Amino acid sequence: MQNTIETDILIIGAGPVGLFTVFEAGLLKMRCHLMDALPQPGGQLTEIYPKKPIYDIPGYPSVLAGDLVQNLLKQIEPFGPGFTMGERAETLEKQADGKFLVTGSRGTKHITSTVFIAGGLGSFEPRKPPIANIEQYEEHGVEYFVRDPEMYRGKKVVIAGGGDSALDWTIFLAELTQELTLVHRRTEFRGALDSVEKVMELAEKGKIKLVTNAQVIGLQGDKALEGVSIQHDTEGDIHIAADHFIPLFGLTPKLGPIADWGLQIQNGAVEVNTLDYSTNVPGIYAIGDINTYPGKLKLILCGFHEATLACQSAFKYIYPDKKLSFKYTTVTGIEGLPAPVV
Amino acid sequence: MITITVIDRENVPHALETPIDMGLNLMELCKSYDLPVLGTCGGMALCASCHVYVRSAHTLHPPTDDELNMLDSAFFVQENSRLGCQIKINNPDLDGLEVELAPE
Repeated sequence: MQNTIETDILIIGAGPVGLFTVFEAGLLKMRCHLMDALPQPGGQLTEIYPKKPIYDIPGYPSVLAGDLVQNLLKQIEPFGPGFTMGERAETLEKQADGKFLVTGSRGTKHITSTVFIAGGLGSFEPRKPPIANIEQYEEHGVEYFVRDPEMYRGKKVVIAGGGDSALDWTIFLAELTQELTLVHRRTEFRGALDSVEKVMELAEKGKIKLVTNAQVIGLQGDKALEGVSIQHDTEGDIHIAADHFIPLFGLTPKLGPIADWGLQIQNGAVEVNTLDYSTNVPGIYAIGDINTYPGKLKLILCGFHEATLACQSAFKYIYPDKKLSFKYTTVTGIEGLPAPVV
Repeated sequence: MITITVIDRENVPHALETPIDMGLNLMELCKSYDLPVLGTCGGMALCASCHVYVRSAHTLHPPTDDELNMLDSAFFVQENSRLGCQIKINNPDLDGLEVELAPE
């Protein structure tokens, strides 16, 4: 059986606001564990715009998003947070002792006194093409990621998309598959130039089939996928046999399972009380871009403020009998937390 | 003030009055009128939730590489597809512009 992770604050979302929570909680000697669907910390700053400058972080005339994440990771290092990365928070159950059990998409269990939802835009999930029955073939021939290239050896595979990942996987899988077709909506590809050239070369040599100005519009198969229908702009519909269909259209954020946790939700955001950014469920807080309240601004700096106040409230929730004395870091310095006992 | 017509996904037209000196883009304008445009990424041409079809004959500034990249991985894309967040409302010539919200 897997070890269960125990913590004071389980932070769902390892973006800037989630990361800074570890610092503010650490000052109050509360231990934090971060969980994120993405494999690396930083949320959309790392995933979407690591090289873009941010101009409204107090004290930084300009800071690259990726650098801000690195600085935050350094800032929270003394407090030794735990990480469950590449795993989406799936279910939340209240335990008899008042704590929460949060289980991830790969089965990792977390027991926590409080939950901080710092999920930003939501969890990043593959963009699914609008094909009516596509979900019926998930796990039966439709994959949105290439996890194990070996499963495509000797198979008939159709890849759709025009970006780098579609090109890269086409090049990689061309050698393995029995038959590989790349379908793209336009003639031009916007991926890296040398990848585009390689794909064109593979098509010329007949190692892959390239179908441009076309899109996959239908999937067929009794239980598992057996074929795809492709609509061509000028040549009408094409049907080809396929064991696998891999649509690669990037990631898009979705609120995901959090929507089913009994929280008050308005327009895809979690409603909070601005006194302490608590939700309607005692012990669960929502901070950063994922929350909403009158006057809400989706700014990192506002999320930092929300995290700070929520930590004070969480302390009182976890230790109702303890006195909380407010201290300035300039006076007291930073005292790290001891390594967790495993 | 100019007027831009946005046709929603139920095919209902909305005439939106807007100033042209506030640095607004079309996604922000739609949101300010509570039309069902998410604008998830905040206007960085990174999510396509503000995808629109331009229906009138207005000449808009051409899309940037970022916008073309995003449209490349969006769905229901047509010749007249644009991202609302990349259409800056800064020009009196945009008066009478008509756009339609693309399917979600």
